[in-house]
Amino acid sequence: MKAPHAQRPVVQRIRVKYAKRGRLRFTSHRDFSRALERAVRRSRIPIAYSSGFTPHPRISYAGASPTGVASEAEYLEMALQDRVDLAEVLIKLDEALPIGLDVIEIVEATTSEFAATLEASEWHFSISAPAEIADQIPGAIATFLAADEVMVERMSKNGLRRFDVRSAVLSLAEQAPPEVPEVTDGNSTTMGERALRSAILEAVIRHGSPSVRPDDLLAALRIEGLASRAIVTRLAQGPFDERAGAVTDPFGPDRK
Amino acid sequence: MPSVWSDLEPLLLQVSKPIQYVGGELNSTVKDWDSAEVRWVLMYPDAYEVGLPNQGVMILYEVLNEVEGVLAERSYAIWPDLEKLMRENDIPQFTLDSHRSVRDFDLFGISFATELGYTNMLSALHLGGIPLFAADRTLDDPIVVAGGHAAFNPEPISDFIDIAVLGDGEEAVLRMSEIVREWKREGRPGGRDEVLLRLARSGGCYVPRFYDVEYFEDGRIKRVFPNRSDVPYRVAKHTVMDLDKWPYPKQPLVPLAETVHERMSVEIFRGCTRGCRFCQAGMITRPVRERSITGIAAMVEQGLCATGYEEVGLLSLSSADHSEIGEIAKGLADRYEGENVGLSLPSTRVDAFNVDLANELTRNGRRSGLTFAPEGGSERIRQVINKMVTEEDLIRTVTTAYANGWRQVKLYFMCGLPTETDEDVMQIATMTKRAIDAGRSATGGNDVRCTISIGAFVPKPHTPFQWAAQESPDVVDHRLKMLRDAIQGDRKYAKAIGYRYHDGKPSAIEGLLSRGDRRVGAVILRAWESGQRFDGWSEHFSYDRWVAAVVEIFEGSPLSLEWFTTRERELSEALPWDHLDSGLDKEWLWSDWQEALAGGEVDDCRWTPCFDCGVCPTMDTEIQVGPTGRTIPLLVNR
Repeated sequence: MKAPHAQRPVVQRIRVKYAKRGRLRFTSHRDFSRALERAVRRSRIPIAYSSGFTPHPRISYAGASPTGVASEAEYLEMALQDRVDLAEVLIKLDEALPIGLDVIEIVEATTSEFAATLEASEWHFSISAPAEIADQIPGAIATFLAADEVMVERMSKNGLRRFDVRSAVLSLAEQAPPEVPEVTDGNSTTMGERALRSAILEAVIRHGSPSVRPDDLLAALRIEGLASRAIVTRLAQGPFDERAGAVTDPFGPDRK
Repeated sequence: MPSVWSDLEPLLLQVSKPIQYVGGELNSTVKDWDSAEVRWVLMYPDAYEVGLPNQGVMILYEVLNEVEGVLAERSYAIWPDLEKLMRENDIPQFTLDSHRSVRDFDLFGISFATELGYTNMLSALHLGGIPLFAADRTLDDPIVVAGGHAAFNPEPISDFIDIAVLGDGEEAVLRMSEIVREWKREGRPGGRDEVLLRLARSGGCYVPRFYDVEYFEDGRIKRVFPNRSDVPYRVAKHTVMDLDKWPYPKQPLVPLAETVHERMSVEIFRGCTRGCRFCQAGMITRPVRERSITGIAAMVEQGLCATGYEEVGLLSLSSADHSEIGEIAKGLADRYEGENVGLSLPSTRVDAFNVDLANELTRNGRRSGLTFAPEGGSERIRQVINKMVTEEDLIRTVTTAYANGWRQVKLYFMCGLPTETDEDVMQIATMTKRAIDAGRSATGGNDVRCTISIGAFVPKPHTPFQWAAQESPDVVDHRLKMLRDAIQGDRKYAKAIGYRYHDGKPSAIEGLLSRGDRRVGAVILRAWESGQRFDGWSEHFSYDRWVAAVVEIFEGSPLSLEWFTTRERELSEALPWDHLDSGLDKEWLWSDWQEALAGGEVDDCRWTPCFDCGVCPTMDTEIQVGPTGRTIPLLVNR
């Protein structure tokens, strides 16, 4: 048997910001990484491979959002064998990915330890629920913010875990109600009038251990039936500016 | 309500692997609904992860969508977690492409690679709001069409389907589309009955309701005959000639979800004349029709560009038998040298030449495991099944594999073959131990492994074993246990030999569904009503539920599970599928069955004279094989 094929050295590292939108928010992280690898091959991006008998494309992911959660701010890094034109790669990669997995921005990496700079995320919750659920939201937020600790339970690979959500939540607020507060769901003509109310929540959650996910926050509000009524979107992730109380652009250092 | 998506979406957070219900796969197509005249939904009646890679559905989906005015969408079986939520929320079985109810379509094609999809068909019809019984359907319901290998005996599901189509689907679905289009343009004269009659009279569609069956008091079939004029006495299979004209799928579907085959497949030939007597696929897909070496190379390149897959499987029933396989392997390995493209031959015959091929295809390093299928443990039983491999062939082949750096070899066997004894099965252990010994001495180390994979044999229609008694699950399970003990009880080999088996009970039900007649339909319905789904999945399959359905339905009749499975048939008995023509001459099948019992072997008609199986003259087909003498050019401008 011949020695494994020698792989060419890495000459450039690029960082990609991408979105998971619409129905493709149901893409799991594993699903996404397979789709990305295929898109990279199809668009002939000169990706570098690890050496060894089963070479893997050198792609690393940072802070992937959970399955079912949409995102406007996902990040990954790729190592390349040839230097590329970033604008061209953006177009080719975006075309090779399914619609809904969309490339937003690409920068050349000039710093290291990128994943560690993603300190917090800004989350957007679009809730459409019967009034008896939606009406509990303002009170639940006040109760949550007033507490020092709010414990929730979640099944993980290692069994049921119990952890505090409150300390990771840097901010949480309900946005002003939309223009038309009363909407009906698609079944209303056949199933009778089931009036639904809309509510928008925004939160900033610090990354870390234990990792607090947006559905953990919904669970911590302790409103029965709320979680399945929310479409969750990550709006941003990056370094957290304590003074401004906001998530900032993680590509900032690379752009300098 | 054209799309069910808005109602479905909130449910998806509550189910496992929601991405499988989302659609939007790379290379999927959503054609304009209103401008289509003929609309097909194509279903693979198993979970998405099994169904999506299915080549049959993928090919027909593309072939149909290429036609002006014809549209095809896809649907797959819904897991019980979502099925429950869909029933609670009145959401019908939907297509993945535009999330429409399957009831909105003109034709509902279901591909049955195996009979174990029958209960899932009933779930889909029921969820779709389509009457389960074909006789109860109206003009608002689709025409339900069964295809795939199981359609060669569709009698057990004949109450539930409107049509069965036998054989290759590419040309058949196009012809059917035209007949339906014309009937719709004329304003659907004569209703459902008329369009079915037109399809039946075209000669390519079996419409069960246009045939009646009479039985003897002892349960056997007396006769099957058409109850309408002009419909054929026997309905023949379809055969596509010249595969180079059908380079599908050109744009293979690439799912976001993980599936059972994480690779692209290129079919390098169709049909097989090796003559393995247990093999229904080999019998019903004759003659051999090769795709040319250059046609294969073009499909590989086009497919890789269209999908971005990093592995290509060269698919067929026995891929090493392609007349130019050596040149194909070398040509593709040269072409993709250094590109991290993996090439594989999925099914391999026991032959040292196969190891050379595998070596060539894995030049760049990926050398994990090789699979061989001796099928029978003893020389004698391999003569019975016409698998012409000697023990020396096997040892030599496996030794060559180990010596070339392959550390893992998988061997496929069957248990419960006709005339089989305990000794035939125990011979598997002896042979495998010899293979390990040979591997250890060839590599000078202990780092060689062999996995035995064994399942129960199920006699299938249109094979020489269609008359055979299926072995009972008790005997099968006893032999499987004896074999396991012989392997695991021997400390010298226990760690080197892996043992995987499928127990005999599911195979008994598969046997009932494979060789059943119209009276088995009631059993399928009863089993489904009592909750049976996903019969191919051990966690969902319940033997007890099936047996209870059999007992309830057949009580007071001569029929039973045993009557359909472990009973040997006579030549004179009318078989449920006799009016369905695979081209195989029944006399030839019987003489081959007698040859089997005598241990006589039959060679391959590709390199020996014709032995009159009957297919070519009956179907007006011929063997299409190379060599073409052409080679695969290297790619430039990449």
